Amino acid sequence: MLPTSEKKKWMYENMLVSRFFEEAMETIYMEGKTPVFNMAEGPIPGEMHLSNGQEPCAVGVCAHLKPSDVVTATHRPHHQAIAKGVDLKLMAAEIFGKKTGLSGGRGGHMHIFDADVNFACSGIIAQGLGPAVGAALSKQMKGDDSVAVAFLGEGAVNQGAFHESLNLAAVWKLPVIFVIEDNSWGISVSKADSTAVKHNAVRAQAYNMPGRFIADNDPIALYDVAGIAIEDARAGKGPTLIEVETTRLAGHFMGDAEGYRPDGELDRLKSKDPIVRMKNLLIDEGVITDDENLQITQKAQKLVDEAIEFARESDYPEPAEALDKVFV
Amino acid sequence: MENERKLTIARSMAEATAQEMRRDENVFVMGEDIGQLGGVYGNTRGLIEEFGSKRIRDTPISETAFIGAAVGAAQDGMRPVVELMFVDFFGVCFDAIYNLMAKNIYFSGGKFKVPMVLMTSGGGGYSDGGQHSQVLYGTFAHLPGMKVVCPSNAYDAKGLMATAIRDDNPVVYMYHKSLQGMGWLGTEQGATVHTPEEEYTIPFGEAKIVKEGSDVTIVGVGLGVHNGLKAAKLLEEKGVNAEVVDLRTLVPLDRDTVFNSVKKTGHLIVVDEDYQSYGLTGEIIATIAERDITALKASPQRVAYPDIPIPFSRPMERFALPNPEKIVNAYAKMKEQ
Ligand SMILES: Cc1ncc(C[n+]2csc(CCOP(=O)(O)OP(=O)(O)O)c2C)c(N)n1
Repeated sequence: MLPTSEKKKWMYENMLVSRFFEEAMETIYMEGKTPVFNMAEGPIPGEMHLSNGQEPCAVGVCAHLKPSDVVTATHRPHHQAIAKGVDLKLMAAEIFGKKTGLSGGRGGHMHIFDADVNFACSGIIAQGLGPAVGAALSKQMKGDDSVAVAFLGEGAVNQGAFHESLNLAAVWKLPVIFVIEDNSWGISVSKADSTAVKHNAVRAQAYNMPGRFIADNDPIALYDVAGIAIEDARAGKGPTLIEVETTRLAGHFMGDAEGYRPDGELDRLKSKDPIVRMKNLLIDEGVITDDENLQITQKAQKLVDEAIEFARESDYPEPAEALDKVFV
Repeated sequence: MENERKLTIARSMAEATAQEMRRDENVFVMGEDIGQLGGVYGNTRGLIEEFGSKRIRDTPISETAFIGAAVGAAQDGMRPVVELMFVDFFGVCFDAIYNLMAKNIYFSGGKFKVPMVLMTSGGGGYSDGGQHSQVLYGTFAHLPGMKVVCPSNAYDAKGLMATAIRDDNPVVYMYHKSLQGMGWLGTEQGATVHTPEEEYTIPFGEAKIVKEGSDVTIVGVGLGVHNGLKAAKLLEEKGVNAEVVDLRTLVPLDRDTVFNSVKKTGHLIVVDEDYQSYGLTGEIIATIAERDITALKASPQRVAYPDIPIPFSRPMERFALPNPEKIVNAYAKMKEQ
């Protein structure tokens, strides 16, 4: 299932927005945190997990989704949220802890919730799989052709919730797609040191569902495979597991000294930056011209700038609002 | 002080663990990022260099498996020290903790020993959101069968760690991120104190009066002790002489020291970063009420976390967290009655 030129452009645009957003996060996060790095300080406190390099995983899948499809995401959620269509301004405001944020500042960067496009994420590894299975069950019971997608890191595959959820999804033939973003690191622990199989896609066999492997962070190949998986799910043929070989171009979180990375790894990964490769592909294929690229780039940057401005200018919640929304 | 040797809690935990590993070859450590990284909170730093990856084991993100495995290894004669990176993550592995680790001694009629330490970080105040900021003292202390340790400073942290590793029972060692001495979390200076290099142990179940006073007893644990000490300073400016009690261990709980202090001062404020209801604050107040309610000259007060998930946004989180001013206000409220 190959993407049309329009879809390719959509994917590229979303990758750019995502990258520019992370670049903004990177800069703003450090405000108030130099010369002494203290996580509590600055306009964006707390942990910050950036998705630089992992953009293909999000766009290759979300290009097939509609608002009623459900996405559960990870602690590294920005690229996934952007590709699912989460409102960028409201998301930025949430990350700044502002009253205008998606959750009025109660959630923060690891807890992006957007009911309008059925997006949620979590700071607990593999926690999103259960809810994705449940959303798929709900769609199946209602006879709706919507699907659910659970994104996870390769480290999450070693949690019980992964195995239990895959089995349940397969037994009940649920319309759910599990997408592993394999960046080969779980904080400082490499996949090789933590995972008994080379490719997690093979785990699909244990649960009697298709397992697909996408090499080399390739958004076009992922678009193809995800398209088939989602079409199958909509047609009642059950779940699919997709493993995407991707790259984490930043630290695990901001402030990570990354002493565990082998020498030269980061340079090697950066030389294969998916944004640059996507741009080159689109220009080589004649999907966009250099001029159009400039326009797309400027538009993406503007979207991000406006979102950041909105977040900065918004007010903080009243302190006592902390007590609201425990129950509806 | 001459020959002063100030250590952070992180370093004193690592030092105690290293000393116990030298004493006893059955002691080993496992958990996420505790090897080369030395633990996200620094408490295993330097261990892999000395003891190698056989005894300092990075695990997959599989808490149910490796905490369950620690129970099995402990029952088989090893003395594992395992780390649950954030206490908030207990949700994925609580069966291994409270239905297994905490109960097998009893189920076996005392024939099985479970000599393991589960160390875990807690605490907020740096906007890490509601799945990375809890302390959950009450949750762990409520369930019978595991001892619960909460150091407030490096000296205690070292001695309590040695005691924990030598104990034949499971011990949950709950350290507070803001006391760890990791610069990137902004550290409470009062936790970094003189810590002798030689081995020593601190018995469980002995609270410490960290400041003597006669007018009111402030009881706390971990960061709460430092809030209590700061509140005592503020109260002193108002002519009030507060006594501050550091419980040090929640299980066993030194009820006598608390009771004797309250009997002396007649006034009680309990400080806790955990959710208020059904927790430490209620337990301490009940202890006094049960033993001799006339020891109290005014209604006791509690300064704890409101019963809400922890909000991300800074003004809301600050609003919810205990602090010295809230303790001072609690005293004023108590006196108004
Ligand atoms: C249950 C649980 N255990 C541990 C953690 C701490 N933790 C946060 S991210 C992370 C690594 C996750 O690796 P992976 O799933 O591969 O995702 P990545 O960070 O590489 O995107 C760990 C161990 C957690 N959040 N939840």
